[in-house]
Amino acid sequence: MKQIQLKQVSKSFGDLQVIPPLDLDIEDGEFVVFVGPSGCGKSTLLRLIAGLEDVTSGQVVINGEDATAIPPARRGLAMVFQSYALYPHMSVRKNIAFPLRMAGLDRSEQERRVEEAAKVLNLTEYLERRPGQLSGGQRQRVAIGRAIVREPRAFLFDEPLSNLDAALRVGMRLEISELHKRLSTTMIYVTHDQVEAMTMADKIVVLQNGVIEQVGSPLELYRSPQNTFVASFIGSPRMNLLHGAEAAAHSSHTIGIRPEHIAISDNSGDWEGVVGLSEHLGSDTFFHINCPAFAEPLTVRASGELDLSYGSTVFLTPDLAHLHRFDERGLRLR
Amino acid sequence: MARAATTRQKTITSVIAWTVAIIIFFPILWILVLSFKSEGDAISTPLQVLTSAWTFESYAVVQDRSDYFKHFSNSVIIAVGSTLLGILVAVPAAWSMAFVPSKRTRGILMWMLSTKMLPAVGVLYPIYLLFIELGILDSRLGLVIVLMLINLPIIVWMLYTYFREIPVEILEAARMDGAGMRAELLYVLTPMAVPGIASTILLNVILAWNEAFWTLNLTAAKAAPLTAFIASYSSPEGLFFAKLSAASVMAIAPILVMGWFSQKQLVRGLTFGAVK
Amino acid sequence: MATQHSKSIARVMMAPAVILLLGWMLVPLVMTLFFSFKKYLPLRGGDLGWVGFDNYVRFVSSSAFWPAVATTLIIVGGVLVITVLLGIALALLLDQPIWGQGVVRILVIAPFFVMPTVSGLVWKNMFMDPVNGFFAHLWRFFGAEPIQWLSQASLPSVVMIVSWQWLPFATLILLTAIQSLDTEQLEAAEMDGARPVGRFWFIILPHLARAITVVILIQTIFLLSIFAEIFVTTAGAFGTKTLTYLIFQRVLESQNVGLGSAGGVYAIILANIVAVFLLRIVGKNLDA
Repeated sequence: MKQIQLKQVSKSFGDLQVIPPLDLDIEDGEFVVFVGPSGCGKSTLLRLIAGLEDVTSGQVVINGEDATAIPPARRGLAMVFQSYALYPHMSVRKNIAFPLRMAGLDRSEQERRVEEAAKVLNLTEYLERRPGQLSGGQRQRVAIGRAIVREPRAFLFDEPLSNLDAALRVGMRLEISELHKRLSTTMIYVTHDQVEAMTMADKIVVLQNGVIEQVGSPLELYRSPQNTFVASFIGSPRMNLLHGAEAAAHSSHTIGIRPEHIAISDNSGDWEGVVGLSEHLGSDTFFHINCPAFAEPLTVRASGELDLSYGSTVFLTPDLAHLHRFDERGLRLR
Repeated sequence: MARAATTRQKTITSVIAWTVAIIIFFPILWILVLSFKSEGDAISTPLQVLTSAWTFESYAVVQDRSDYFKHFSNSVIIAVGSTLLGILVAVPAAWSMAFVPSKRTRGILMWMLSTKMLPAVGVLYPIYLLFIELGILDSRLGLVIVLMLINLPIIVWMLYTYFREIPVEILEAARMDGAGMRAELLYVLTPMAVPGIASTILLNVILAWNEAFWTLNLTAAKAAPLTAFIASYSSPEGLFFAKLSAASVMAIAPILVMGWFSQKQLVRGLTFGAVK
Repeated sequence: MATQHSKSIARVMMAPAVILLLGWMLVPLVMTLFFSFKKYLPLRGGDLGWVGFDNYVRFVSSSAFWPAVATTLIIVGGVLVITVLLGIALALLLDQPIWGQGVVRILVIAPFFVMPTVSGLVWKNMFMDPVNGFFAHLWRFFGAEPIQWLSQASLPSVVMIVSWQWLPFATLILLTAIQSLDTEQLEAAEMDGARPVGRFWFIILPHLARAITVVILIQTIFLLSIFAEIFVTTAGAFGTKTLTYLIFQRVLESQNVGLGSAGGVYAIILANIVAVFLLRIVGKNLDA
């Protein structure tokens, strides 16, 4: 069932159009990630769905009814902000209870739901503390708790993990995915981190300059990027995009080959090159190879065991089954 | 400096700083001393002053004979009254400018500040005349109105800056949580704005208490606050140093105490954001 | 929530403040303008008809005018110089580590919170009185003849009193500005070989330039209209009549309302000129 639909939704700030008219459908229970570089409009799109910004044109349809003119409080959506936006003068308990209080629930019901959310999120011992006394991860969870108790139709997350350090981020990522499995509620998640997108999403929406570049599952985007932007945005390290004679040899303007799809050998292969910098992660090594055939160095993934010295000659062979071809507009060639 | 100053450096600067500070503070210190002396002792040489007897008699005289309490309460009513009235008018204005800004917000704010720069003497006579017509010359009400008007720009300005410091996201979260306008104002905005409102009240009570143009020209016997009362000592009879000291100490003490707590507010309120 | 609904609410909420200030500004201003074109002597016949720009000419050509301008310039200029120079020095001093820094600050800030009438009378009597004042005793202790401050050195006396009141303001503003200076800049300068004087001249002072300008502008606006200190000490005698005081006398003492109003208009124009500069800086900061 299509739970949230955006129909020809556009947004302008004054004369500046940040989102040209776009359409998007979000199914009930999906975990959808809006991803893209800074300024691509992903947060704006989220806020349009939330009702915190008015659309300039178009419709926002929620559960079949036109919600475009309905204020945020009554759309049945809950939002987790990047800065958590907790009420600093209220205890954790009161923070989580606030939406229930606004909804007019009686005290006992409020208590019950708060206790339950606290248990799910491991916040029970912090209920009487103020946000100022909590760590980043704990505040994060309070913000999520405040959203959960409302039993909303959908959760909206606006870059919730950006303010956490790397280790915490990985843990919270798992917790949020867990939460989704448990609640089966629709979640719309905004991030600029493509790793978060790939690991958490059922469906990814890639945005650039307010335009949807591609919508699909993580693997679809990985295996069949529809244009060079998506091709280089998804996948880490990024896909090697090559022009020139080699590309023409495959009858395209640009060819793309991911670092993990290039074989490296010290005696034979299609492309000869010289080893530049190497990045040793232990599990893998990423080599930057300078090939005379190409203007830019190629990134190649190899096993962590392989060790090549700077300046030595190597030969690269791309796996043709995973070679992507793009035309001069950057669009995928069949 | 990232490195700690050597103890010797710190001692030297401390000595200099304390010396300067005491010199600057000295007049206040001196009247404090004089206020506890008899009139005869108060005019003797400083050494004699310090070694003579301490007494409360000057305080007693000031309090008993000269309606001091009435003037004191006038000051309180005028200062607090004008400030609270100003807050009442300013809070909605500052709220709307901070949270629903329009293209004209900046212009309106600057215009409001400019009214504070109007020289009082330029509108002295019209106000004087108006007050006579309205029957509010020499009345506390009249002064409350005037002082409210001259401090309103500062009150609006300060509240505006404090409101702007409240993260918009918290208000948006409240809206997402189902809070209507009233609930948002009552349960989220106001509690977070209380420190800012308190600071604004503090500074403006101080400014109103010390105002010495309108309070001198628009009052006579009935509504004269302490500024005018003290001014009446400019041509007294007989010995009066100790009494003047006592009266002055009582007049300035509350404000000195309040002032010590409001240094940050002073910078914020009187430089209109031009210095951070 | 920047919707149409909230925009109209916002307009309603701003209305009281805007209306009040508009009224406060326009009504008396228009009346002053009105009076300035009339010959109006409430004590000697009342409204005596229109006289065009007569009052404006008479105000400027009266024998008291130019001395008043000079007095105003001396007082404002003198106070500015003293408060800015000493203010910078004090601010630098207070920025250093000091034992009991909090108390030192409190002592230095105190004079600003003393009401002008108290400050005027305390200085006039307890310090400057040629017979019983503190200075008199001090001078006599060193065998010198006490100075008759307010009658013989009246302008310097007034400047001294007003400077004492406003020094804390300048110091506080400049101290705030100094403390907002990134210490890393100073450390970088030190690494680059700059000695303390160099660091002051090339890093601290330019950073303070904006704050100094603000202090000068704000103080000028307030200093142009100082009143109480003169009122209680000299009542304008001995050459301490500023423009403001002159206008006050014309209006309330000699009750020549037309003339005084014309003077008032001059004062307003003058203040506006200074205000324009100040507001430009404020405006720039508002956008930031």
